[in-house]
Amino acid sequence: MKTSTLIILAVICAIIFIAPLAIYNGHGEDDGYFGGSDDAASEQIESTDFKPWFSSIWEPPSGEIESLLFALQAAIGAIIIGYAFGYWRGQGKEE
Amino acid sequence: MHIMEGYLPIEWCLIWFVVAIAVVAFGIYQIKKIVDETPESKALLAVSGAFMFVLSSLKLPSVTGSCSHPCGNGLGAALFGPAVTAVLATIVLLFQAILLAHGGLTTLGANIVSMGIVGPLVAWIVYKALTKVNVSSTIAIFFAAFLGDLLTYVATSFQLAFAFPAPTFTGALTNFLVIFAVTQVPLAVGEGILTVIIWDRLKEYKPKLLAKLDALAPNEA
Repeated sequence: MKTSTLIILAVICAIIFIAPLAIYNGHGEDDGYFGGSDDAASEQIESTDFKPWFSSIWEPPSGEIESLLFALQAAIGAIIIGYAFGYWRGQGKEE
Repeated sequence: MHIMEGYLPIEWCLIWFVVAIAVVAFGIYQIKKIVDETPESKALLAVSGAFMFVLSSLKLPSVTGSCSHPCGNGLGAALFGPAVTAVLATIVLLFQAILLAHGGLTTLGANIVSMGIVGPLVAWIVYKALTKVNVSSTIAIFFAAFLGDLLTYVATSFQLAFAFPAPTFTGALTNFLVIFAVTQVPLAVGEGILTVIIWDRLKEYKPKLLAKLDALAPNEA
């Protein structure tokens, strides 16, 4: 594909993920927006009187630490992808 | 799609573990075979795993007003098949279960089945079927990634409805589908587009390797 096509695709992708922020602008977690679907499912399960029988062996002690670890996860993945694609691109140029 | 730690009755934990262990074991065997036959596919395996790592760390807002994350399992499925993808998903899910308290060790089996097996299996079938009739692999990968992501969440909804059929199985299933699958539709479209972008670059840089892995449409190879 041409670079311009790729950029258009990336922009469409960005719009899909930015649109909800615009649609629900002004709303927040306090009035039930932008919560995680995993948590919503857990609440649904709790409404059946089920008691979780095991809890996580370790939990990030705060939201800060949690975001640190999520950023770390994304960074590890991104480094590997970037490294491989950079390597392949360079390889292609030499040939 | 993460079923939280302890949020699944023990018998269901065991059932899903049995399925997951069997498929992951087969996947490890397949990885060994692929790496022996085509050593240069190692980097591609790493990229497929890394793609899942990145995408499943991104919790994105959906038009339903709640947040969820894509899975990134379509890429690995199209390249290597569902069993190998199950191994990659296990790594991601272990990282999140141990370090992020997302998902859990007791529910690991169930989460591997949804994100590592059902989603990738559907993605792989769709991908192979479309490329077989000479649909461009770039288009096929979009549908593979879109359905792989969506079906992962559908699988989770089914797993929860089996375990918690209250008031009825269909009622519970509808509730979980509304929570998971509906939220997921726009995210799955986004994941499809992102996978297309990665795929396009892969096709440009590593066409021979993709052909060797039999991951292209016959008229592209």
